[in-house]
Amino acid sequence: MANIYFGQLKRSLAIMRKDILIYYLKGPVIIFGILIPLFLFLAFLTGSKNLSTDFLISGLIAMTMLFTATSVSPVITPWESQMNTLERLMTYPISIYTLILGDIMASVLFGALITLVPVIIGLIIGVNIIHPIILIIGIILASLCFSALGLLMATPPTNAPSNVMMISSLIKFPLVFISGIFIPLESMPFWGKAIASFSPLTYFTDLTRYSLGNGSYYPILLDFAVIILFTVIFFALAVKIHKKTLPMRI
Amino acid sequence: MEYVVEVQNLNKGYKEIKAVDGVDFKVKKGEIFGFLGPNGAGKTTTVRMLTGIIKPDSGKAYILGYDIQKEPLKAKEHLGVVPETSNAYVDLSAWQNLILTSDLYGVPKKDAVKRANDLLKEFDLYGRKDDKVKGFSKGMKQRLILAMALINDPQLLFLDEPTSGLDVQSSILIRQMLIKLHEKGKTILLTTHNLEEANKLCERIAIINKGKIAAIDTPENLKKMIKKLNTIEVTFDGPVNIQELSQLPEIQDISKKGDKYSLNTENINNLILTLTEYSKSKNIKINSLNTLDPSLEEVFIELIERG
Repeated sequence: MANIYFGQLKRSLAIMRKDILIYYLKGPVIIFGILIPLFLFLAFLTGSKNLSTDFLISGLIAMTMLFTATSVSPVITPWESQMNTLERLMTYPISIYTLILGDIMASVLFGALITLVPVIIGLIIGVNIIHPIILIIGIILASLCFSALGLLMATPPTNAPSNVMMISSLIKFPLVFISGIFIPLESMPFWGKAIASFSPLTYFTDLTRYSLGNGSYYPILLDFAVIILFTVIFFALAVKIHKKTLPMRI
Repeated sequence: MEYVVEVQNLNKGYKEIKAVDGVDFKVKKGEIFGFLGPNGAGKTTTVRMLTGIIKPDSGKAYILGYDIQKEPLKAKEHLGVVPETSNAYVDLSAWQNLILTSDLYGVPKKDAVKRANDLLKEFDLYGRKDDKVKGFSKGMKQRLILAMALINDPQLLFLDEPTSGLDVQSSILIRQMLIKLHEKGKTILLTTHNLEEANKLCERIAIINKGKIAAIDTPENLKKMIKKLNTIEVTFDGPVNIQELSQLPEIQDISKKGDKYSLNTENINNLILTLTEYSKSKNIKINSLNTLDPSLEEVFIELIERG
């Protein structure tokens, strides 16, 4: 049994390598992953001069994580379907779990590595990382969570990547505005806090703020627990729905 | 194991259309089994169910002894598949595609490297192994796809229209490869539109129409299945009046193809005697005279029209 799981894990790594080579290691993908959150951040920065650099950088880290971990993962499946490579992939001795895990691992690497860019920018402009271990664990868990969200966004059985891009934008942009990135959770009205509590990005933003020395709104353990819970839910839903919709793409 | 594919009452419908309707057949170990049918007959849907890509609504399929629905991964380990509409990754090189495929089949690295080298040479792609597939012709891509399907040294190959739309050189290379694989004892299930290809390669053929199997037999037995008028093809050493020829007894139908006259009759013996007398009376010689068997194409058309 252990051999079977190990064999499938090795195949997930092969899927990950394939995704990195074909989809992630492209100049425009990397630049786009950094630029979108950076421009959002700059637009916000020009309109709010009273907030501290620590607060702003933690927001930039959270936004970059969301946008990079969900940038490519939603479009891989429709893209493979459109390019006629999906059917071949489905003939290999790999389970849906293996396929999705491979896609998630590639997205985790991309999300985590690109998120280091705003961390480095923060360090350059004098931001202190008070709890680096918490930040590193937070980045890894959040990249898993948002990559799984990306795979969930890929489930509608369309073969047009543009359709999935539209769906993913409809989810991502509202998340940015409800997750305490631009307005601290403490300053939100009750209904705002209630809505924010349904967003996994809220908990990663909270963790990042804590790591950079701003107090956290929720207990840190709760932040970790909720991110893990969202990851499990997104992964389980992605597997369940992909099982149904993958054959519809052929 | 005598049969490597056993299909029992397989059914699949899409909305109100029954794509596959109670299909039953068996493929013997080591044979090339042809799967023929017009567009939309249910060939590709059947192959997709047998390769574990889609699930049947009902029925069973055993591939190499494994129930494809219950143990898909075990069955797929020993399969090689060339789907009808498949592509290699065009942003990867031929070599990267082969190694990726070997990783996904779990082939040990050492074996994978050796097989990839051998297959690239056999399919005449070795010189382009490090080039991205996006620069390959359709024939080269299809040869690579077949090489990818062979990287795990499969016992059973499913090939869905492997030579469709290819240049002559690639088609010949692929057919030669299939014959070699057959000689090595591999079992091949070949879906094709190309009747000549099926006739030359397949030991048995299943003809599928409207989701149902219309006939399964050897190409020669299939040809005997249809009741057909006997045909004689004759050429003369001089000009012949076709109107006059058509008036001869025993001739039911006549047509001219180049210098050949194709004559249909119910009684082949009497027609030959009549033709001999006719040539004597007109003082012309018969240059050639052949009796023709029904072609697989005629069998196919008749079975499809019956269905």
